[in-house]
Formats: sequence, structure tokens, C-alpha cells
Amino acid sequence: MTLSAPGPSRNLPQYGALIAVLLANWLLFPDFFAIRLQDGRLFGSLIDVLNRGAPVALLAVGMTMVIATRGVDLSVGAVMAISGAIAATMTGAGWSLPAVLAASLAAGLLCGLWNGVLVAVLRIQPIIATLILMVAGRGIAQLVTEGQIVTFTSPALAFIGSGSFLTVPMPVVLTIAVLAVTALLVRATALGLMIEAVGVNRLSSAGAGVNTPVVLVAVYVWCGLCAAVAGLIVTADIRGADANNAGLWLELDAILAVVVGGTSLLGGRFGLVLSVVGALIIQAMNTGILLSGFKPEFNLIVKAGVLLVVLLLQSPALTLLLPRPKGARPIGTVKPPVAPTSGGAKP
Amino acid sequence: MTGALQRFLPLIVTTAVLVVGFLICAAQFPNFASWRVVANLLTDNAFLGITAVGMTFVILSGGIDLSVGAVIGFTTVLLAVLIEQGGWHPVAAFAVALIAAGGFGAAMGGVIHVFQMPPFIVTLAGMFIARGLGFVLTTDSVPINHPLYGELNDMALRFDFGLKLSLPALLMLGVVAAAVVLAHWTRFGANLYALGGNRQSAELMGVPVARTTVAVYGLSGLLAGLAGIVFSLYTGAGYSLAATGVELDTITAVVIGGTQLTGGYGYVVGTFVGVLIQGLIQTYITFDGTLSSWWTKIAIGVLLFVFILLQKGLLTVWAGRGGEPAEA
Repeated sequence: MTLSAPGPSRNLPQYGALIAVLLANWLLFPDFFAIRLQDGRLFGSLIDVLNRGAPVALLAVGMTMVIATRGVDLSVGAVMAISGAIAATMTGAGWSLPAVLAASLAAGLLCGLWNGVLVAVLRIQPIIATLILMVAGRGIAQLVTEGQIVTFTSPALAFIGSGSFLTVPMPVVLTIAVLAVTALLVRATALGLMIEAVGVNRLSSAGAGVNTPVVLVAVYVWCGLCAAVAGLIVTADIRGADANNAGLWLELDAILAVVVGGTSLLGGRFGLVLSVVGALIIQAMNTGILLSGFKPEFNLIVKAGVLLVVLLLQSPALTLLLPRPKGARPIGTVKPPVAPTSGGAKP
Repeated sequence: MTGALQRFLPLIVTTAVLVVGFLICAAQFPNFASWRVVANLLTDNAFLGITAVGMTFVILSGGIDLSVGAVIGFTTVLLAVLIEQGGWHPVAAFAVALIAAGGFGAAMGGVIHVFQMPPFIVTLAGMFIARGLGFVLTTDSVPINHPLYGELNDMALRFDFGLKLSLPALLMLGVVAAAVVLAHWTRFGANLYALGGNRQSAELMGVPVARTTVAVYGLSGLLAGLAGIVFSLYTGAGYSLAATGVELDTITAVVIGGTQLTGGYGYVVGTFVGVLIQGLIQTYITFDGTLSSWWTKIAIGVLLFVFILLQKGLLTVWAGRGGEPAEA
């Protein structure tokens, strides 16, 4: 079966695409790989790609788990707005950093719990279950900020967005930490296997003894937590919470990153690191379009192009249509999405 | 008799919510129960209602269309650019916009059918493309100053008892009426329900699955284009960020209206009532004056949740009794 974790040969397309986009950026902008150390923190375009890609990468980590169970979480953008609103408002009210962080993360956990219960216990389709929070979530965030854009001056919270740890920017550090913890949870235990089992067939995995409600609630809670961390980073970075625009459309970027990373929307198989690579490919393309002097408006079309080509390459119908070369992969496996991404960097 | 009651129960509940909601509003604000409020409710939500009709068809067929808000935005920009910068006559621009929007939807339907891809993700890409195309045309908000726009905005059907229906309101009512006929009294409608009920059985029964899929997404795109025209009339401008999030408002209206999100069961009229309920919440908040706009989102979220639970509950009860429409 194709259910095992992607082997090294499977990862090549994603890494190849990332390298291709980075090289294209380098051709456009010779200083692209230049990294300098300033005030104890690394600076440079490459660092910028990592730093700016961090929120989507975090969302992609949580979203990968959800998509692996054949679900989807549309509410992550709204959850980011909620956690950011809580963090900014509480900081403004003079709460200490640990209390602020605890409250923001708890909000993300609660949001995830809500989604998880709707999907696992009430058995509502994931896209609809999470739509409720997507619609109401921004209203809740606005309720917290009372409709204002809440700004704060606390350097302690701002450190999460613009500080650095061992010269590495904090958003990158946090993303690596969350990725490492998640990978440990799902790959060092049987949890990952159970997630994949639920994604392949919820009924039969329940029959085989998997506690499907617990697994499902767990992945949505984890996704909510990841979104809360992403919300904290964005809020800390701009030193303010904008309930209307924080994390707007990022749920779609996160889904795109997961799909580019080769995780099937039909569930049952996932690659955590590859989703993060997918997020970096998207961010590198964004940066490349900016550097090339093209209007940022082209970003959306390029993203759509990449999404479509990746999906077309994954689609079983196309695999059937194409004459199969010798030693072809079995039907339904992912084909390399190299062409779209390299084309995307030079629109 | 009970069978009919069962079948129409979601529709009855939705309509009851609208009526009770309206009565509560009227009890609280004496000026609420006026034809003026009703007329505004219809005009302000006309573009949403037209889009939601298209979404109902898509969802009845078992799919979803996330691109409609972006198509509305793109249509308004296309109209503004053609009329103001290209010097086109608005009617010609309307025709081009409708063809473009309908063709765009049909193309998405084609991709969904030929490559057997999830509608969710194909129309998501469609959303990126439509918004992106709008941005590429112009990122500014372009005002439309053609005299025909003024004339169209002044057009209205006036009734003796005081109701004044604007052109957008009339268009929406016309679209809803046509959609009811299309859904319940034509071959296309029957195919749609069959497709949403079970794609494989529909195919085996001889339903033209390919044609129906392309047509339903084409229709959704076409109606989104029409909604874009109405939106540009309403705002008198073209803006690529216009109608952001409308896809979710329309899906919400469809759900509140009692249509089953897995496809195959639901009513166009329910969607229309769902749109009016959302409009009613907004009007209530405007009347109240002390409530802030974010309560709209929370209230709609709560309603969405309640109606989904209601649907689930009804289906479970029917299934438990062995009632016939449980699967429908």
C-alpha cells in the first residue's frame, strides 16, 4: 500500500521545487542568499522567507493532521484572530506574559475542542463544522477587542514576533519547536498510524479498536493550538490585534501548503515536514514576486496555478489518461509538482 | 400527510424563524413593520440572494462553490474597467461579464468532472484566480458614472399599498421564481437531485452526469456574475475586494434554508428565507443602534449551529422510525 510515510524518493519533488524557487529568486536578486548578523539576530532575504513563512507553516502543521483524517479546518484564520485579540487586550490591561500566553493558547485549545466535538461526536462534515467558527470566530475576536485595533507596547510579548533566540528569529524557533513536538507525538507513538487509519476509513478503524472520537478531537485541538501560536506570532510582530484582518485567507494558504507538500485531501497519508516545505515554497514564491518587481497582485494567480497543477498531477483521472512510462508509480500516488513552482517564480 | 409534513419540516421551521424574528423586531421597534423595511431588506440582500440560488443548485448536486464572492468582485471590476476606461455601453459590458462569469463556472465544473477532483479545492483555486484577475485589472475602487446606472437605480415597481420594489429586488425575486421552476419542474432539476443523492446510481440511471456537473457550476458562475452586476448597481463602483466572504454567507443561507450539505435534498425557497433571516439580523442590529456589527457574525454562527443540529436531529428521528425521506 501507499500508506507508509513518504520515503526519500517521494520527498524529492518538494525539496526540488523549493530549491528551484530559491534559485530563481537568487537569479532575480543576487543578494538573496546573503545573510548578515546584526544586533545578535540574523538578517537576509532567506531568513525573511523563513520568518514570514512561519505563521502559515505553523497552520500547515496542524492542518496536516486534520487533513490526514480526511477533514479540513476552515476556522484557523479566525482562531488566529481570537488568540491575537486576547493576547493584545490582556497585555494592554497589564497582565503578565505567562498569563497572556496561557489564555491565548487556552482559547486556541477551546476552539479546537469545539471543532473536534462537532466533527467527532455530532458527526458534522468537517467543512461545515469548522465553517461555524470561521463565521462566528471573527465576531468573537471583535467582541474581545470591542471592534478596535488593539495595540500594545509590551516588549515581552513583542519578543515573540521580532525577538531572536541564538540569533534565529523567534517565529522560526517556535515553528521548529512545534514541528518537532508534533513529529515526536505522531511518529514516535502509534498516534500517527491511528490518524492515518481514521483518514482511510473511520468505520473500519473504529472496528479495529481505534478510539476514533478521541483521535479526531485530538487533531482538531492540536490544529487549534497551532493556530493560536500563529496568531500570537502575527500579533506580537505587528504589536497589535486586528480582529478583521489577522489571519485572513491564511486557512487557504495552509491548505495549499499541505497539498503542495503532497498530503492527499482524501486523507490517510501525511508528511509533516513536507507541509512545512510547502509553506516555504509558497512564501519563497511570494518573496520572489515582490523581488522581481511584479505587482503582489499576481501572487493569487500564481498560487492558483500551482494549486491546480499539483492537483492535476495528483488526480487519478490524469494518471489513467497518460501513457505510463516504465517503472511508473502506482495509480494515485503523488507526482512531482516541479513544473508549476519553478514557473511560478518568473510569472 | 405526515410524509409531506416530514419533507417540508425544515422549510417550515426556517420560515417560522423568519416570521417570529420579524414579529420580535416589530414588537420592539414600531417602525420595523413597514413596507419600507421590507423593500430595503429585499434590495440590500439582492446580490446575496441571487448568489445563494446558484449555491443551492451546486450544493443540491453534492458539490460546493467557494469562488462566488471572488467572481462577484471580478465582475464589478470588469464592468467598471469596460464602462469607464473602455467606454463600453453598460449593456454590452453586462453581456460580456455574464458570459465570462458563466464560462468560468462551467470551466470549473469541467475540471471537477474530468479530473474527478474535490469541488472544494477546485473552486478554491477558482477563487484565487478570480480575485487575482480582478487585482490584475485594477487594485483601485473605480466609480461607475454612466447615466444608465442612475436610470437603472431609479427604476422600481411601486404598489398602491406602499411597497416599492427596486430593480435588484425584482431581479432577485425573478431569479428565485425561475430557480424554483428549474429545480422542481424540469429534467435538469430532477437530474440535479439524483446526482446529489448518489452520483453512481445517477450515472447508472442514465443521468448525464458530465453535462449536469458543468451546467450547475456554469449556472452558479452566471448567477454570481448577475449578482456582480447588481452589486455594482448597488455600490456604483467596481472593486476587486468587493463581496469578500460572500461565499460563506451564501453557504450559511443554504444551510439555514434546510438544504442538506451532502446534496440531494433541499429547497430553493428555503435558501431565499435563509438570506432574509441573515438580512433581518443585520437590520435588527441597525435599528437597535447600541449593538455592534460583530454581533451579526456571532448571531449567524449560532443560527448556523442550531440549524445544523436541527437537521441532524430530524434525520436521526426519521432514520430511527424508518421514515422514507431520511436518506433524501
